[in-house]
Amino acid sequence: MTRDIWVLVEQWRGQVSDVTYEVLALGRELATATGGSLQAVVLGPGVAGVPSSLGAADGLLVAEHSSLAEPEPDLYALALAQVVPERQPEALLIPQTNALMGCGPLLAVRLGLPCINSCRDISLDQGRLVARCLLYGGKVEAAVAPGRTPVVLGILPGTRPREQGRVDGTPPSTAVSVDLSTTPAVRFRGYTEPPPGDVDITRESILVAVGRGIQRQENVALAEELAAALGGAVCGSRPVVDQGWLPASRQVGTSGMIVEPQVYLALGISGAPEHVEGMKRAKLIIAVNTDPRAPIFGVAHYGVTADLFDIVPLLIDRVGASRQKAAS
Amino acid sequence: MVNVLVLLKLVPDVVEEPEIAPDGRSLDPASVRLVVSERDEHALEEALLLKERHGGTVTAVALDVPEVDDVLFTALAKGADRAVKVSGVEPGMSTWAAAAALARTLGAAPGMLPADLILTGVQAIDDLDGQTGPVVARLLELPYIGMVCRVEADPAGRTAVVVREYAGGVTGTFEVPLPVVLGVQSAEKPPRYVPVARVRAAMKAQRLEVLPVAGEEEEEPARLEVLQLSKPQVGGGAVMLEGAPEEVATQICDLLRERGLV
Repeated sequence: MTRDIWVLVEQWRGQVSDVTYEVLALGRELATATGGSLQAVVLGPGVAGVPSSLGAADGLLVAEHSSLAEPEPDLYALALAQVVPERQPEALLIPQTNALMGCGPLLAVRLGLPCINSCRDISLDQGRLVARCLLYGGKVEAAVAPGRTPVVLGILPGTRPREQGRVDGTPPSTAVSVDLSTTPAVRFRGYTEPPPGDVDITRESILVAVGRGIQRQENVALAEELAAALGGAVCGSRPVVDQGWLPASRQVGTSGMIVEPQVYLALGISGAPEHVEGMKRAKLIIAVNTDPRAPIFGVAHYGVTADLFDIVPLLIDRVGASRQKAAS
Repeated sequence: MVNVLVLLKLVPDVVEEPEIAPDGRSLDPASVRLVVSERDEHALEEALLLKERHGGTVTAVALDVPEVDDVLFTALAKGADRAVKVSGVEPGMSTWAAAAALARTLGAAPGMLPADLILTGVQAIDDLDGQTGPVVARLLELPYIGMVCRVEADPAGRTAVVVREYAGGVTGTFEVPLPVVLGVQSAEKPPRYVPVARVRAAMKAQRLEVLPVAGEEEEEPARLEVLQLSKPQVGGGAVMLEGAPEEVATQICDLLRERGLV
């Protein structure tokens, strides 16, 4: 058993994801703490396809195989299950993203290994790994230790700054072979781009975002009115889009758009991790929520514990008055 | 015709604030009301849409935990053909143990497998140690695709075309042989609403099937030690604006004006 830390590199459509660099930064800290090395695991394209930005790692483990060209969790798990047992790392860190969702559990069940999801941080406590996990929509944090190692860890976006893990250089690589001849016949057919929306929310400087707290489709008009007064656009969290109250092009979060506006007004949004990841880089975040413990207040710059329906009509008036004053 | 199994998991309703039990390592059951996991509602909706398109049956399956009868009768009222309660399970099981109990029981019960498709939510808010879909798929040795947002079955050809979500609104399309386990992120349509009166009618007219959990509880390879639960520090980031709504609205407007945004 080594005390090496492995990071699964998420490559999608020729790009290494930002989350991968975040996880590499976390992995670097852990490897320093365990005294092991940090290995970046690259599946699919082979050495030629490895970008020169994985210098945070001490080494690369490269499994080249045409079936691994797309980050398909079932196939990734099958490949990893052939690599982990003989090399026995302390931990395998997997970005918990849409593309890789399920990969950790699939691998863990194949090998009978412990698996911990939704890690927001990992540390070494008296020699053993302790994961801090966000559960219940971000309302509870669990400190968890695996019964044994190797442990498979699903790492949420945002654990470390991506710049910290993005280091120029190509570490020495080791080729590993995988046999995918027993692969179930899952055939990738292709990607589909999202239909163009009426508004590109990634280009708006003022966003009025609504969540479950908006309660009904008719109430979205109130947010539209505020957005119109501010000269911005309305966007929303997953539940609002799932209900069909806003088109998918207006969804902010890991499945939707990543936005960085000048101001983000979060109305009735609790702040589940997948939403926060889509908006946390806004320059100014103001959140209105009835629940004083809503996780959104952890990422907002300013917060109001109130019913959005008490605040928004007044805010529309104030903004309108301010605009008029400026114009006169 | 397609025969679809939908695995429904009950999770704490986080609209109410979950409280931590005195042991510091579990939720206080008194603070928790169980509801069906949101993603599982989407899985049920997608299953019902498949049945509407192709004919066949939808069978809802859940472990016997508090509130499960409501959840299963609601599934029947929405259009599921059968509702199965797996009894004899320990409360507070991990995701892995619960999924393993489902896989064992489905495998042992006559007539449940093979189903053409097994649908479940891609993840639940309490999935600490696994996810139902991947665990069930591996234990039944079936292929798995997660983040699913659309399914077209071809029952005659024994295949399905499955669309899954990536980032930024991009989707990917896959062709898979049946049977397959799918983790649903969102159904093609919002989950249908069913009035309480219809659920009550289902309670009177229909019945739940009960299957005792099958087999020995396997030793859980993935057993974790929960050291402590805590409430994450929130509010630390935000300066809280206080006062009557009028004052707060003025303060927000001032913040925007200071930055030249209004």
